[in-house]
Amino acid sequence: MNIYLLTNLVYIVAAVLFIFGLKMLTSPATARKGNLISAIGMLLAVVVTLLSKGIVDYKWIAAGIIAGSIIGAFSARVVAMTQMPQMVALFNGFGGITSLFVGWATYHVMTTFNLFTTTTIFLAVLIGGVTFSGSLVAWGKLATYISGRPILFRGQTFLNGTLFIGTLVAGALLLMNLQNGYSYSYAIFIGIIILSLVLGILAVIPIGGADMPVVISLLNSYSGIAGCAAGLAIQNNILIVAGALVGASGIILTNVMCKAMNRSITNVLFGGFGATITKGNMEIDGEVKPVSPEDTYFILEAASSVVFVPGYGMAVAQAQHTLRELGDILEENGSEVRYAIHPVAGRMPGHMNVLLAEANVPYDKLVEMDDINKTIASVDVCVVIGANDVVNPAARESKGSPIYGMPIINVDQAKTVIVLKRSMAPGFAGIDNNLFYKENTRMLFGDAKSSVEAIISEFKKS
Amino acid sequence: MDAITCSYCREACLISMGMVLILAIFVGFEVISKVPAKLHTPLMSGSNAISGITLVGAILAAGYAGNTLTIILGTSAVIFATINVVGGYMVTDRMLEMFKKKPDGGKK
Repeated sequence: MNIYLLTNLVYIVAAVLFIFGLKMLTSPATARKGNLISAIGMLLAVVVTLLSKGIVDYKWIAAGIIAGSIIGAFSARVVAMTQMPQMVALFNGFGGITSLFVGWATYHVMTTFNLFTTTTIFLAVLIGGVTFSGSLVAWGKLATYISGRPILFRGQTFLNGTLFIGTLVAGALLLMNLQNGYSYSYAIFIGIIILSLVLGILAVIPIGGADMPVVISLLNSYSGIAGCAAGLAIQNNILIVAGALVGASGIILTNVMCKAMNRSITNVLFGGFGATITKGNMEIDGEVKPVSPEDTYFILEAASSVVFVPGYGMAVAQAQHTLRELGDILEENGSEVRYAIHPVAGRMPGHMNVLLAEANVPYDKLVEMDDINKTIASVDVCVVIGANDVVNPAARESKGSPIYGMPIINVDQAKTVIVLKRSMAPGFAGIDNNLFYKENTRMLFGDAKSSVEAIISEFKKS
Repeated sequence: MDAITCSYCREACLISMGMVLILAIFVGFEVISKVPAKLHTPLMSGSNAISGITLVGAILAAGYAGNTLTIILGTSAVIFATINVVGGYMVTDRMLEMFKKKPDGGKK
């Protein structure tokens, strides 16, 4: 059988396996098998590509695959679950740079210039470059190597817009100068690479830490789209299919995240949220009522239903294991224990779910926002641990608030709310949270993990 | 590098690639919109792994001998893409293992 035919038949099989793999990801029971099926598809696609006739030298490929496998396997094993957002950000970036390099290599050996190939190479390089440098900035912010605060300066939008238009003009020049001699077009091409990298950095620095779920979803999508463009450039169907799947997945997640924050994608990308806030006309009445671990124990001990609401603070304090221990104690004590997860809690989609799964919390105890809100009034105690803006009643009550309209977990409607918090400092968005002043709210100050430990030791004492 | 391209069928090839692209986008939206929120992190790391499919393109570039720049670009691309593939699938597997149904339902 001819190699071209064989390769493409195997690509079809690989594409089917990818799609089945993703389909099995719709249920936790089948998800792991789905991941394996998808990996088999990948293996098939890679092996059959190695057979292709154009390859005359295997030593560099082998070296690259060995090096990449070692690094990949090592990082997958050692990464802590709290560091998943950084890792995904970094992997998005790797996807981008691969597409950029593949596009570049294709351009470099192109002998007969044609419009379609050049256009798709341009797209692969542009999107790949933006994805790469943007993901590195996102990675730095998530790993706190650089400040998570939005970095804003005067004329930022104008500069970004100008650079973007400049890149498009350079792309147009590239296409119009197809016959105009090699070196001239090549200089433009290198210019496009540099511009795309600068654009990626500028696009992500104005975005703050709490908006990272949107950004890494979007970069995830870009890495797929870049792969797709590279696939069109080298006319490879499996790249097109897989790239489109990843692109679609990223766009869906971006959409979910934006909805959960009641903001449009343009607002997230250009808003510089958290930096431009005007003080809302929120009236705060009531006073903060601190509570000791001992009193918290009495409240929890008497509760017949308890809902934990985790946020990014739980990840920072690494409190998920201790929290699960407390949950177990409460269940033994006869309370019904559930965990309510806001879609944007944490720094990436599903962040809290992974941390709680790591701590062995069964997934049927995890409840989504809409479901918990229906029954929240009958809940005896809500324990907010490291979450702030996602439980801020200002989103419902105060029209002047920057988060007004954002769907929240209505913990204030539960009979009692206990908020575990370091201090009275406002959350990421810098908005005061009138939940802390409500009649039914008690504040347990201190590090989330030590506070939970203190409550556990109260239980053990008795 | 054009071992598996089909330059002999220019227009037909472009049209069928467009068809593949459109259908893949629709399938992607259809399948992935059903993934529940609790599995969104494994979905992202799993799609990181799938986007490592650019490894296929990287292999073709790295194996095209006789040009130093394409070898450098191709080999670097192979490294990055393999990290994505191997790291992505392994970390997703690690996560999904934690999601499997606990036999004791969480109670001791």
